[in-house]
Amino acid sequence: MNDLANHGASRTSATSRFPAHPIVGFAGTSFKHEHLPAILAEGKLEGFFEVHAENYMGAGGPPHDALTRIRRDHPVSLHGVCMSIGGPQPIDKTHLKRFKALVDRYEPALVSEHLAWSTHDTTFFNDLLPLPYTPATLARVADHIDEVQAAIGRPILLENPSTYVVFPESTMCETGFIREIARRTGCGLLLDVSNVFVSATNHGYSPLAYLAAFPLDQVGEIHLAGHARQTDDEGDLLLIDSHDCPVADAVWKLYDLVIGRCGPRPTLIEWDSEIPDWPVLRAEAAAAQTILDRHADAVAQERIRASH
Amino acid sequence: MSIRSTISASVLAGAVATALASFASAGPMTKDEEKAAMAAGKEKCYGVSLAGMNDCAAGPGTTCQGTSTVDFQGNAWSLVQGGTCANIKVPGDRTGSTEPLTRDVPS
Amino acid sequence: MRPIEPGWPGGSGPDSSFPEMFARALLDPDRETPPVVAGPHGKAAAKRYNVYRNNVTVSLINALAAIFPATQRITGIEFFRAMARFHVRATPPGSPLLFEYGRDFPDFIERYEHAQSLPWMSDVARIERAWLDAYHASDAEPLTPQAFGSIPPEHLGDTVLLPHPATRIVRSRYPAVTIFSANRGSDPVGQIEAADPEDALVTRPKLEVAVRQLPSGGAVFLTHLMSGEPLGAAASAAMADSSTFDLPANIAGVLAAGAFSDFKFGG
Repeated sequence: MNDLANHGASRTSATSRFPAHPIVGFAGTSFKHEHLPAILAEGKLEGFFEVHAENYMGAGGPPHDALTRIRRDHPVSLHGVCMSIGGPQPIDKTHLKRFKALVDRYEPALVSEHLAWSTHDTTFFNDLLPLPYTPATLARVADHIDEVQAAIGRPILLENPSTYVVFPESTMCETGFIREIARRTGCGLLLDVSNVFVSATNHGYSPLAYLAAFPLDQVGEIHLAGHARQTDDEGDLLLIDSHDCPVADAVWKLYDLVIGRCGPRPTLIEWDSEIPDWPVLRAEAAAAQTILDRHADAVAQERIRASH
Repeated sequence: MSIRSTISASVLAGAVATALASFASAGPMTKDEEKAAMAAGKEKCYGVSLAGMNDCAAGPGTTCQGTSTVDFQGNAWSLVQGGTCANIKVPGDRTGSTEPLTRDVPS
Repeated sequence: MRPIEPGWPGGSGPDSSFPEMFARALLDPDRETPPVVAGPHGKAAAKRYNVYRNNVTVSLINALAAIFPATQRITGIEFFRAMARFHVRATPPGSPLLFEYGRDFPDFIERYEHAQSLPWMSDVARIERAWLDAYHASDAEPLTPQAFGSIPPEHLGDTVLLPHPATRIVRSRYPAVTIFSANRGSDPVGQIEAADPEDALVTRPKLEVAVRQLPSGGAVFLTHLMSGEPLGAAASAAMADSSTFDLPANIAGVLAAGAFSDFKFGG
């Protein structure tokens, strides 16, 4: 495992403003402001919260107040969604500076971004757009990740995308592209199991084959989310990575398999639209925690057997 | 361009004293303080018309998910106003009705 | 090793300017699906590419709906989304910070041909945009009446007040504050009959954004103060603007609202 990408706890240093909290082996949820009163009412919970970095790039006000309260009692994962790492244009230096400021301020246990682009010229499209997989795009993505990691002084986790189209100009498969990116940059990986399922369905390949080829030893975090169903031009099933409903059974099965192979990894339930009441989201995280705990027990028993 | 003050220092000082008197509510107000506060009209003039709504509409999040709502092409019937605008009567309105604005629909 | 995921045909095409091709049609439903993308195994890409068009357009309309909820309530959801769709296509965001989006939307509403019967709506939208600015503004302690009271009387005339970072003023020829307030929550909106122009003061001294209606002359007084005019000059300007300008009430109101954070002596 890439040690730099996987911290046993929230980072601390001599100048830390927040306590360290363990994140390894825990499940977490997206943090939504409407849940803050319910979360605070429950007191300290085991597990972590993930936020979209861009929502905390304002100067002040309630967002920072809420995140500060959450961070006091829990590990936080900082998930960037707008760095546009996958595009050909240079990383936005202003945006990178804002991102670094958040990393410094909140000392997140995990920091992640996407294998995607969202800005072209000066237009921000607010979606995670796909890229062709070629030696040229690989070199550029690697440069961008190097730049981000140098700026924030630590490795990031790169997330595999969910996609709906392919690029005929691609010369590499996605897992090969991601493996090479991780090798070149030293970044860790955020394995979105739902994205694997969505893309595999949309492009007609086996999610098991994708996972078999994925460098699981580099995975520092896992994402799980709900998806929606539509159809493509041929009337075949086309899955949309909608984050607006519970995680599907098939994705739970894949997740169980992944944890069985690579051991417990911090696991996030993402839910960004049609946000349910807190107990519903918490129950999804509890389901992930059950799977994590089962495999953690298995690992522990293996160790005991080995020591005898 | 700077506007030259035409207010005397004593008028200004008096206004400030009156204004500050309206905050002196730690104990029961004297008759004079009460009168000053009333005159200051603090509540009436700067009354809070809306506060404490930072739970709703806290601004959008950024998105990293797709949407299952299909709504990128749009329809002409969307030109029919359907909200609370019919309840609002302001002089100078061309219409406050919820009738379809047929005259505005491109043919 | 054989590629695991089919669908990446083995071309070794040049490094095309794929975002240029991909992006051009995102906000224009009349354009063809960009030839740079395809479906897997020779499948068509039209509906697949439309997923991205839809994600972009719908998420940006949703962003405007979140920033301008009272405006949406006034027009109804369908009308709002149609109006927002036009705006999203004409003026997509230039920053990845979506809470900065919609600055041009009030002007767009003012010009939007189907909203001409609601001439006050652009001002309601301006108040909503100011609300979000106040929400995300820097934190600062508001100037207290006690601190203000410490200013020696002889210095009051040339005292310059420093605006709190959240403070915004929105002036309207219409009863925009009344209409905004009635539509910003979920309470039923009864009949609103109003005629007088209303100016709004938006502040956030601690964590809660507050929108107040300014009294006569108040907006002129505050605008001058916020632009760095000393207290005496700002009061004179407000008196010149409004014969009913009430200086003590306005000073008290400014302090109660937390519109300023500090003072200094100018001149």
